[in-house]
Amino acid sequence: MKKKLLVITLCLCMVVSLLAGCGKEGKGSVYWLNFKPESDEVLNQIAKMYTDETGVEVKIVTAASGTYSQTLTSEMDKSAAPTLFVIGNSAGVKTWGDYALDLKDTAVAKELSTDAYNLYDESGKLVSIGYCYECYGIIVNPDLLEKAGYKLDDIKNFAALKAAAEDIHARAAELGFDAFTSNDMDSSSSWRYTGHMINLDYYYEEKAAGKTWTECPDTITGAYVDNFRQLYDLCVNNSTVDRASLATGGHDAQSEFKTGKAVFYVQGSWEYSAVAETVPNATMIPYYCGVDGEENAGLNCGTENCWAVNSKASEADQKATLDFMYWCVTDPEASRLLVDSFGVMPYKQAAASTNGFLKASEDYSAKGCYVMDWATNYQPNVDDYRAAFVSALNQYNADPTDANWESVRTAIVDGWANQAALAKG
Amino acid sequence: MKRRKLSPMRKWGWLFLGPVVIAFAIGFVWPFCQGIYLSFCKFTLIRDAKFNGISNYIDAFKDASFMHAFWYTALFAVVSLVLINVLAFTVAYLLTQGIRGSNIFRTVFFMPNLIGGIVLGYIWSMIFDGILSRLNTSILLETRYGFWGLIILMLWQQIGYMMIIYIAGLQAVPEDMLEAARIDGASKWQTLWRVTIPNVMPSITICVFLSLTNGFKLFDQNLALNGGGQPFQQMADGSVVKTTEMLALNIYNTFYGTNSAARGTAQAKAVIFFVLVAGLGLAQLAYTRKKEVQQ
Repeated sequence: MKKKLLVITLCLCMVVSLLAGCGKEGKGSVYWLNFKPESDEVLNQIAKMYTDETGVEVKIVTAASGTYSQTLTSEMDKSAAPTLFVIGNSAGVKTWGDYALDLKDTAVAKELSTDAYNLYDESGKLVSIGYCYECYGIIVNPDLLEKAGYKLDDIKNFAALKAAAEDIHARAAELGFDAFTSNDMDSSSSWRYTGHMINLDYYYEEKAAGKTWTECPDTITGAYVDNFRQLYDLCVNNSTVDRASLATGGHDAQSEFKTGKAVFYVQGSWEYSAVAETVPNATMIPYYCGVDGEENAGLNCGTENCWAVNSKASEADQKATLDFMYWCVTDPEASRLLVDSFGVMPYKQAAASTNGFLKASEDYSAKGCYVMDWATNYQPNVDDYRAAFVSALNQYNADPTDANWESVRTAIVDGWANQAALAKG
Repeated sequence: MKRRKLSPMRKWGWLFLGPVVIAFAIGFVWPFCQGIYLSFCKFTLIRDAKFNGISNYIDAFKDASFMHAFWYTALFAVVSLVLINVLAFTVAYLLTQGIRGSNIFRTVFFMPNLIGGIVLGYIWSMIFDGILSRLNTSILLETRYGFWGLIILMLWQQIGYMMIIYIAGLQAVPEDMLEAARIDGASKWQTLWRVTIPNVMPSITICVFLSLTNGFKLFDQNLALNGGGQPFQQMADGSVVKTTEMLALNIYNTFYGTNSAARGTAQAKAVIFFVLVAGLGLAQLAYTRKKEVQQ
């Protein structure tokens, strides 16, 4: 009898310890699955602030760079799924739209200063709202440019950019710096071209057709792929490293720029805080690629950073999450910290931006230049599409012939049609 | 009626077996059954799976990249199986001849096994690219570099492991048999083929089985060394085949690709993969068992 009692007690202990993790309801809690590894530290700081202030628990988990979709898939299947996650593009809306709460008429959505970065599904449900936006183009070190004998104001089109870059590259030994930083094609850097620079083709295609994409088109024409080639060639031919060594990567473009080894750096606004440490007056110019009228071009502005709230979470958690979001965009201190990390937040009461590149973007707009929107967000089956694109660019870099360029064009144009068809299923 | 007293083993056996059975059921049986069920479903999240018949299997077989991955994996498995076992046996044979420093050699040869696959993949990709960059190319640019690079990596990693198994087998060859062969005037070569090898057949079974299934199941090294299957090849219809992508990586890429509609397809591929690896392994086991000698 005694033994039986012992066994029963032991079993109970086991079960109780298994269930210890469950429970805890009532106040609700926030679980933010973060998409930007560079913001992890700030977010954790914010989370602690919020918990100290309100007592509501905020958990921040950051997916490793490039693994957001994997992490989201496995996390969403758990019983304690993220309450706040990112749906950043139309493909994301298709996959995750069913799990997103309609944010229309929520307090946080009413704080938005623009509708430009919001994503809706086919039925008009507000699936996700932008919490920051970004811009990309070519970062310039104006001091070095001047040292080489050129003025930033003179560079208003591809011809001027080409003349400056080629001259600087030719005199690199004498000047002590080169035109472009390295342009690695490994996975930590290739998106600067296959995700960002190629946007010039998509954008000018949109522009030529006189419309803005609202969903992934079945095909693209590739009418501006040759312009992309011109600019890409300029970058890789006039840089600090040989183009044949780009496939494997291993170069540090950011540090090359920060240490004054190059004048131009193809990147985006999120680099500002790092770059400004050593090049405080760094600024950004558009992708000049030889298109007519490009003197009026602005930067590429858009976002993939859009908040979505898990519709399957408990009501208490949903409320806690919405309250937290509202606090993030209205609390002066919190929004200050977030803006410093994100660049800018398009909300009425959020702190003003201190990001020099986003300011450059505003300056272009103020001058009446057109903003190039992120048509790149519509890339179908984005990972596969870009992977093929990178592979073709690698072949081209190893042997830059017209024939090899044709396979790059195939990857861009035919690859689009094929992946778009596959994505539709 | 008096009840027969159970032996303590019978009575308490469940207590010892229980945890393992439970763990096995939770960690293996249940996921395995669920995996099979999911291969007949369309889903984004597992809990929202909707049954859709065998269409996932049809999609899997229609997928050109899957068929490519299958043949590529088969080729890889065969080549690595032969090379690993021949070389591992040779090394083991040499190290059982009583040369000085055998133990140091054994340790050194075994060490690559202790490094994880992803790390190995990155280390070797640096080594290969260090060499290939002098020729203005990279392991990511040519399928044959990717293939042989992976073979070299696997040889480097696996030979030491198989060598240990072979050494154990070689040391177990009865001394009296070898002596009898010597007295009968058998040459070294004859002794090797007629006495030693038949006696180490159990080791050969294990090693061949291990290297065959390892070859088929290879994932980490493939992911890290080949950059996820580079170079890619465009097919006539614009679809993309990752030329150095093996089966496991193909399944992974399908599941986590941006095309979330393909998750069921990936699941179906995984079931096909299981049937294939299990079938191959069992067939191979049955075949080599026949060749073993009873001591």
